[in-house]
Amino acid sequence: MTTHHRRPALRGVALAGALTLALAACGSGSAETSDPTAAAGDVQSALDAGGKISVWAWEPTLEQVVTDFEAKYPKVQVDLVNAGTGNDQYTALQNAIAAGSGVPDVAQVEYYALPQFAIGESLADLTAFGAGDLDGTFTPGPWASVKSGDGIYGLPMDSGPMALFYDTTVFEALGVAVPTTWDEYLTAARAIHAADPNAYIANDTGDAGFTTSMIWQAGGQPYAVDGTDVTLDFTDEGSTQFAELWQQLIDEDLLAPIGSWSDEWYQGLGNGTIATLTIGAWMPANLESGVEAGAGKWRVAQMPQWEAGATATSENGGSSLAVPEASTNKELAYAFAEYADAGDGVQTRIDGGAFPATTAELESDAFVNKEFAYFGGQKVNEVLAQSAKDVVADWQYLPFQVFANSIFNDTVGQAYVSSTTVSAGLAAWQEASATYGTDQGFTIKK
Amino acid sequence: MTTTTLRPALRGGGPTTPSRSGRRRSADKPRRSVLLTVTTGVVLLYSVIPLLWLVINSTKTQASLFGSFGLWFSGDFALWDNVVRTLTYDDGIFLRWLGNTLLYVVVGAGGATALAVIGGYGLAKFAFPGKRAVFAVVIGAVAVPGTALAVPTFLMFSQLGLTDTPWAVIIPSLISPFGLYLMWTFAAEAVPAELLEAARVDGASELRTFLKISLPLLAPGIVTVLLFTMVATWNNYFLPLIMLKDPNWYPLTLGLNAWNAQAATAGGEAIFDLVITGSLLTILPLVAAFLLLQRYWQSGLAAGGVKE
Repeated sequence: MTTHHRRPALRGVALAGALTLALAACGSGSAETSDPTAAAGDVQSALDAGGKISVWAWEPTLEQVVTDFEAKYPKVQVDLVNAGTGNDQYTALQNAIAAGSGVPDVAQVEYYALPQFAIGESLADLTAFGAGDLDGTFTPGPWASVKSGDGIYGLPMDSGPMALFYDTTVFEALGVAVPTTWDEYLTAARAIHAADPNAYIANDTGDAGFTTSMIWQAGGQPYAVDGTDVTLDFTDEGSTQFAELWQQLIDEDLLAPIGSWSDEWYQGLGNGTIATLTIGAWMPANLESGVEAGAGKWRVAQMPQWEAGATATSENGGSSLAVPEASTNKELAYAFAEYADAGDGVQTRIDGGAFPATTAELESDAFVNKEFAYFGGQKVNEVLAQSAKDVVADWQYLPFQVFANSIFNDTVGQAYVSSTTVSAGLAAWQEASATYGTDQGFTIKK
Repeated sequence: MTTTTLRPALRGGGPTTPSRSGRRRSADKPRRSVLLTVTTGVVLLYSVIPLLWLVINSTKTQASLFGSFGLWFSGDFALWDNVVRTLTYDDGIFLRWLGNTLLYVVVGAGGATALAVIGGYGLAKFAFPGKRAVFAVVIGAVAVPGTALAVPTFLMFSQLGLTDTPWAVIIPSLISPFGLYLMWTFAAEAVPAELLEAARVDGASELRTFLKISLPLLAPGIVTVLLFTMVATWNNYFLPLIMLKDPNWYPLTLGLNAWNAQAATAGGEAIFDLVITGSLLTILPLVAAFLLLQRYWQSGLAAGGVKE
């Protein structure tokens, strides 16, 4: 699955390396082009011939997938390496691509980072191996995320349609209804914090992935990408709606000043300090393993809406398996990615707690009707699978989103700790991203 | 028995001459400074509290980690259970990382020390053209932080096909400009030229002179350099971070970071209790090394500071 929320300190370290080498990676776009004669038949013969491939991924359920894959194709050896989570791995990948050696055959790449690697011609276009035939296999959100122009640059591994996870004991104790709209959310936030000054409806210290997902749900389209023409605009209606709501939450101190994924965060999720999470569908596995104290207390509901009665959602996180252009055995690499993302590997990964991106699994009775003991027996997947269908279409990330996200805390993040407003922060973020894009050779329009 | 009678022996670390008793008294009873005492106390707290926190919290389960005050014990005493789980988690990968760290320390720090001793001795005791140039290069190298060289080193090693192998960590660790400089100054002070002359007159070869006469005299300096390079290699983080991808070659520093990152990975298992216990186990060997070798360490540091 995925991570997006890294602590700022970690992010800074990773960035230093990324900055040094991102330029080199873009400059050396002369990677060998894929063999045009390669086709689906070659994938099968690659499997028969066998060989060795290396896979860089941090997704924990892939370990079992690799074991099964090797059992099914005894001549194939898969070397699964956790080269770091998220940004750490992208830095390593960019370093390897720039150095021209040590590049893996398959790499886990989050959707938000995929365009950056695709446009740098670092990733192979998978249509050459028959990826086009998988049209309709995946839910629309992730499938759109792996496509760039006519090319397909990764196979969706999992998805993160958003939902509202909430600690039901907090709402029951106060007699507050679980919010279905963002207006109700604001009201509930006030009630929770008024009743207990240590309790908050949510935690947020500034998170690029969350912010873009919220704007996505609100119908905003701050990024429009057409080849190397990039338009940035954080003043559209969706972005403004989000900025205004969040400004109120910040002004009234209704958000816990706790960074996601910290130990404090895990603690707060267990003791009622953080009452809700608006987050991707991959969250149940983390709650089950990391927040023992919350067992039986948490439930899942539809994401709050901007208009009562609407059903809009967005994706938060999620990642794909991509094949770097520098791989020397792309057919076999593709065969593994297809097995893991669209073949038998999908069920293996669901059993391991992953949230799939394939429509067949999302609609299967066994998946939808599974009762989660941690969630008091709730059929959690029912809500999450519905959310996957309701994702707002046509969202795009920047072809340099990894960099943009890395400077989020310097711009929008200021709104959480100073008198800067969210909308001023978004404007600053837009400006800094545009400057970087121009430096990288993109044509920036406003 | 009072501590006062013991003091001179501890302080001087060697025989004291009666004729200098006047000076000794003033060293024995220094003027007490409240400011200094308070400052030292603050520094003590600053260095001991994190250690205390680590020890206390490695005795807690993950649940009581979240639910209790950080600087006192709480809940079941889970230290032994934590240690066992740390050593067995993920098929005992922690032990593999410990083995890797030991390999990097023994070969890397050991090699760095050997090179520093040989080089430092040579520079201190032999005259040859270009010595001043070597001195300038060494001093310059001391000033460049290893972190700044990590990325160029990575690109170079990558072309040699050495990345993602233990050599990528060991080879850069072999070079310790600071260790060389320290050995150089130490050898200049600790090995009298007259002694070497005498050995040569008696017909000992240069190698024999070095091994039988100089090496024992250099022992305190060697231990000091060894401790320096050991600490640097044991705690090395950035270099292996960019060089290594295969967790089977990780040193403990990277391994613990990978465990910590699990909590920030969707679908990952949060194991803060194991990260804390693992950290405690990681620092124990260093603490032991310091306690056992601190006698040499102190005399090594003081070397060259006082002229007889």
